[in-house]
Amino acid sequence: MIIAEQKPMEEILEMLAPYKKILLAGCGACVTVCQAGGEKEVGVLASQIRLARKDAGNPIEVLEMTMTRQCEPEFMEEAEDAMKEVDAVLSIACGIGVQLMAKTFFDKPALPGLNTTFLGFPEEHGVFTERCAACGNCVLHLTGGICPIARCSKSLLNGPCGGSQDGKCEISPDVECAWQLIYDRLKALGQLENLENIIPPKKWITSRDGGPRKIVREDLRI
Amino acid sequence: MGSEKPKIVAFCCEESGMPAYEHAKSLGLPLPDALKVIALPCGGKAETGYIMKALDEGADAVMIFACYEGNCKYVQGNIRAKKRVDYLKTRLESLGILPEKIAFCPVAPASGARFAEMVQEEVQALDSRENKS
Amino acid sequence: MKSGSNLEKVFERGEFAVTAELGPPKGNDVEAVISKAKYLRGVADAVNVTDNQTAIVRMSSIATSKILVDLGLEPVMQMTCRDRNRIGIESDIFGASALGIKNCLCLSGDHQRFGNEIDSKNVYDLDSIQLLNVMKTIRDEGRLLGGEEVEGDVNMFIGAAANPFGDPFEMRVVRLAKKVKAGADFIQTQCIYDMDRFREWMKMARDRGLHERTHIMGGVMPLKSGGMARYMQKNVPGITIPDDMVKRMLAAPKGKGAAEGIKICIETIEQLKEIEGVDGVHIMALEWEHRVPEICEEAGLLPRPN
Repeated sequence: MIIAEQKPMEEILEMLAPYKKILLAGCGACVTVCQAGGEKEVGVLASQIRLARKDAGNPIEVLEMTMTRQCEPEFMEEAEDAMKEVDAVLSIACGIGVQLMAKTFFDKPALPGLNTTFLGFPEEHGVFTERCAACGNCVLHLTGGICPIARCSKSLLNGPCGGSQDGKCEISPDVECAWQLIYDRLKALGQLENLENIIPPKKWITSRDGGPRKIVREDLRI
Repeated sequence: MGSEKPKIVAFCCEESGMPAYEHAKSLGLPLPDALKVIALPCGGKAETGYIMKALDEGADAVMIFACYEGNCKYVQGNIRAKKRVDYLKTRLESLGILPEKIAFCPVAPASGARFAEMVQEEVQALDSRENKS
Repeated sequence: MKSGSNLEKVFERGEFAVTAELGPPKGNDVEAVISKAKYLRGVADAVNVTDNQTAIVRMSSIATSKILVDLGLEPVMQMTCRDRNRIGIESDIFGASALGIKNCLCLSGDHQRFGNEIDSKNVYDLDSIQLLNVMKTIRDEGRLLGGEEVEGDVNMFIGAAANPFGDPFEMRVVRLAKKVKAGADFIQTQCIYDMDRFREWMKMARDRGLHERTHIMGGVMPLKSGGMARYMQKNVPGITIPDDMVKRMLAAPKGKGAAEGIKICIETIEQLKEIEGVDGVHIMALEWEHRVPEICEEAGLLPRPN
């Protein structure tokens, strides 16, 4: 899922400075699970914004709403009525949600309350780690189900580099060496011979490097 | 004659905070008139949303009375509550609001005296701040 | 001959080769390059020019290498994958060859987090093994990675690094084999302090016959003090220093640490000369280029063949 985290309060308050009445819109999908932009966070952030503005002698009205999913056009109508009343919307969905709000409600500013950070999962309660770089050309079958693009600091396809020690990456003892993990897993699978083959240079054209991506499924089009 | 100030909301764990509050009352210890006590099944039920909402709606301070570490009936509800309070304090600071407005207060069920004392400490802290500002 | 470089000739003649390292300045000071280079003349068969090593911005390795060519020294231009994509890399290979550079060492490159531009984008379009293969394909098949034909002959003697001290250990020789398969004519290893582990790695390399398909040069770096030894042992990923060696460095009397480090370095070279399949030594004495002549002298590496 998409992992995000809330922007610093100072930044949010600065963004909201020109407005007197806003909609704070959460999302019931990924950001609810990673506890950055779900119903709970909407409540807490709304209170914080109201408190801060009241304290500053410049009160603000904050409508609260958590939409089913901000990343699909069909759910946008949930916000239609509220959007008529407000000066702007502060979205605490991922960047996709913010952009869909901006596109749908063309005449009202849509402000991002989160930083959309990466694609990953919760490793344990409160700890989220990156797993996928959405490169558009999966190699997990070659690397024991561990992604070298997302998890190696250099995205090496023929790792590990010389900086791998005790299972850790050279950039930090808090970062696991993806190639150590790949080695361990391939060993467990009895597939160490995979490592003898040179993986050729990657076709990054399928990644962001090839420009904005688009999929057209003729079979699904009406 | 009841005083409206200061408004303190106390979220009290039913295993520790609530019995301590009842004990304090039975001993006739002084407590502010505007103290609003809310019973929770566990300190861990003191969600960030509840705490912020209380402040948002006019509380001068929010206190969470929970069990001492190691005594939680639900193993770590009290630890979770404390972590949430610590987190919210940092948020309050970044809002330019004094973090002392939220307090995490471990208390034993039979310790009415300590309960009343902690509430008085909070009142005094609020007073001295009022006088300063 | 693949490149006709001096380094290649030394290997061809079966002599124990010597390379040393030169770190370019953090600016455009040509004199700084010249003054470091003078210590290495007649001492090393070729001089490695680092490519923004530890991700610190320095004079480019291609420009510094050209300065050495003009001085009559032979450079080993280092090239990392960190800072340019395949277009930049292939173009720089053409340019280097045009400027008379005949040796190139292919590296992943230290992560930019270690350097002085930590906010930069890292490229890693290719990794070091893929880079080796790109260079070999340009040289041997006259083709770019994208398939298009290359005009003229780009003759490079292609090098790679190997780290016998990184983890997982068993994979280190696999990676060496991949580098040889990808096109490495010579190998320079990470600094050797743990001779036992190096011997073990060399044995694994010999078991695969790799020493006959490439020229392996053992890397050495003189320790400057006991404190440096202890720091490196604890803090530098991919380097192992045995406790005994750290103790020996720490036990050196005040002011004698450097001399002890050089002594250890010379002993290491003596041992390397005796290991089957080790064809040379690579001396990494950054900012200590002036001590390289005495190391080579004491280790019996002089005079160098012409």
